[in-house]
Amino acid sequence: MSFFLVAFLVSTIAAATPLLLAAVGELVVEKVGVLNLGVEGMMLSGAIAGFATAHETGSVGLGVLAAIAAGMAMALLFGVISLSLQANQTATGLALTIFGRGFSALVGARYVGIPAPTLPKLHLGALSDLPVVGPVLFAQDPLVYLALVLLGLVAWGLRSTHLGLILRAVGDQHNAAHALGYPVLGIRYAAVVFGGALAGLAGGYMSLAYTPMWAQDMTAGRGWVAVALVTFAAWRPFWLLVGAWCFGALMYLSLYVQALGLPVPSALLSALPYIGTVVVLVLISRDARRIRLHRPAMLGQPFQTRG
Amino acid sequence: MLKFEPRGAESPFWRYAAPVLALLLTGVTAGLIFAVMGRPPGRTVYTLLVAPLLQQDGLEALVVKAAPLILMGVGLSLAYRANVWNIGTDGQFTLGAICGGGVGLAFPDAPAWALYPLMLLAGAAGGMASGGVVAWLRVRFNANEILTSLMFAYITQYLLVWLVTGPWRDPMGFGFPQTALFSDAAQAPRLIAETNVHLGIALAPLAALALWVMLEKTLLGFQFRVLGQAARAARFAGFRETRLIWVAMLISGGLAGLAGLLEVTGTLGQLTTTLSPGYGFTAIIVAFLGRLSPLGVVPAGLLLALTYLGGDAAQINLGLPNAITGIFQGILLFYLLGCDILLNNRLRWRRRGPVPT
Repeated sequence: MSFFLVAFLVSTIAAATPLLLAAVGELVVEKVGVLNLGVEGMMLSGAIAGFATAHETGSVGLGVLAAIAAGMAMALLFGVISLSLQANQTATGLALTIFGRGFSALVGARYVGIPAPTLPKLHLGALSDLPVVGPVLFAQDPLVYLALVLLGLVAWGLRSTHLGLILRAVGDQHNAAHALGYPVLGIRYAAVVFGGALAGLAGGYMSLAYTPMWAQDMTAGRGWVAVALVTFAAWRPFWLLVGAWCFGALMYLSLYVQALGLPVPSALLSALPYIGTVVVLVLISRDARRIRLHRPAMLGQPFQTRG
Repeated sequence: MLKFEPRGAESPFWRYAAPVLALLLTGVTAGLIFAVMGRPPGRTVYTLLVAPLLQQDGLEALVVKAAPLILMGVGLSLAYRANVWNIGTDGQFTLGAICGGGVGLAFPDAPAWALYPLMLLAGAAGGMASGGVVAWLRVRFNANEILTSLMFAYITQYLLVWLVTGPWRDPMGFGFPQTALFSDAAQAPRLIAETNVHLGIALAPLAALALWVMLEKTLLGFQFRVLGQAARAARFAGFRETRLIWVAMLISGGLAGLAGLLEVTGTLGQLTTTLSPGYGFTAIIVAFLGRLSPLGVVPAGLLLALTYLGGDAAQINLGLPNAITGIFQGILLFYLLGCDILLNNRLRWRRRGPVPT
């Protein structure tokens, strides 16, 4: 039983990490009033950039950095089109996903089925050897902890710092923020690129740690689940963690039940996390008042200075 | 420095010139990418966009590929007009193929006059059911249709995999994940004998025409246009937004389901694990390239169909992965969206300096 528990908790946390990273990034982006639906495309670009770099240089660290850079470059592209050229954000995000899928498939064609260095797990001496608690809390890879630290920083930053106040002002009433002298577009660009960095990192986590390999479309909709998590959390950072862990658990269970060989077809079990996303979205969106209360008021609306 | 300056009114010239400019920029960018990859840019673009048409049967292949894209793009142009973001047409396409194809597999001995119309109905019904669930979740529970429609696309894909590897697998198929071949009566009727030109090639432009008439000439279409351009005005006018969401999802879903059924009975001949090579996302680009006008979708669908043929040709003749189709399509959508700023703005040189008072 304790073996199952350890495997369950370790896998859940690992499966939740890319979702959490990407969702924290998207949360910041949406908080400043921008809806970037290109998370899936940015994750795929990060995944292939990280994998290719790690394979060519032999360095996982460089791979992680390349993943981040790829996500940022993609996000910048989104920024130019949706912020500077004021195109529809929904459509631009879709374009980013389509482009990211094509780009990663083209670059990745050479990297299918070959190994690359993998992100090592931390080992904290005696702490990591504790029963149950050790492997779950003290022997994960560094990005698992980084995701949690980033979540804490973003939660604190948005709630308790001056910068957080400015970000929220830009997202809730961009004309007022502009009138107060804040560079609305600049702040939005910065947030979008930050979100891209985290989405790229999430992709890098997929190809360097979670399933260390490259396969076409390997993120399998996780970018979209991350977008859904932000709505599920009603734009409150710590609820992202709850959501990400729930999905991590669902993903692990769908694999675990398949491995048990129960007479349930594996293809249908694989659909479970997506069904879960729909169910959760429906449950959470039913309360329209709460969504309206927490949703950044300028979400998806372009900003144009007059004159 | 270069600055955008509002025009005050939409430019009729750029309304049609912007997509052309976007296409030119896409061609140039694609050429640059090929040059970076160490390929001769001119020849590669030629192989992608011109050579497929010059081949024997090139036009036939083009219209066959374009039919599902046009059917799906037409529905999306209507839905997007009303800001109903159905991005899961792949799922509706697949469910249409499953439902319609299932009818065909269930009655292998039925005569064509009875069977095929029933399959068409089942295909459209499958797509409408898939789209309808999304509409219901949005209207009843306020659930974002972007996310739910896409999640249903994944779910439907797994349903398909389960069916063709499990209960519907052809017992004579040597264990391959595919169903039995459709009977002759369950094949899409051919418009021209001995070719692949099937019924869908006639239905696609008809659907475009029908939806254009609906959008431009009827009260319902007027409501769609008002809802998309000024949602508040639509509410003050008493248009029922929920009804428009229902109509948008049922029509775009139904057309996608029809496209799926026509694709499996017109070209594939059976159900396999992958029915759609990314048509769902491509149809989004088709809708935008067609300026969200049902009639504009027809040439747009033909052009995007060409990128699929070009991708295959580049793979065979130049040894490039056919993923370049996706890149090409993504860049095209970027430019399409970006160039639209010229509709309402003009580019002007302005010196930096104090704002004149």
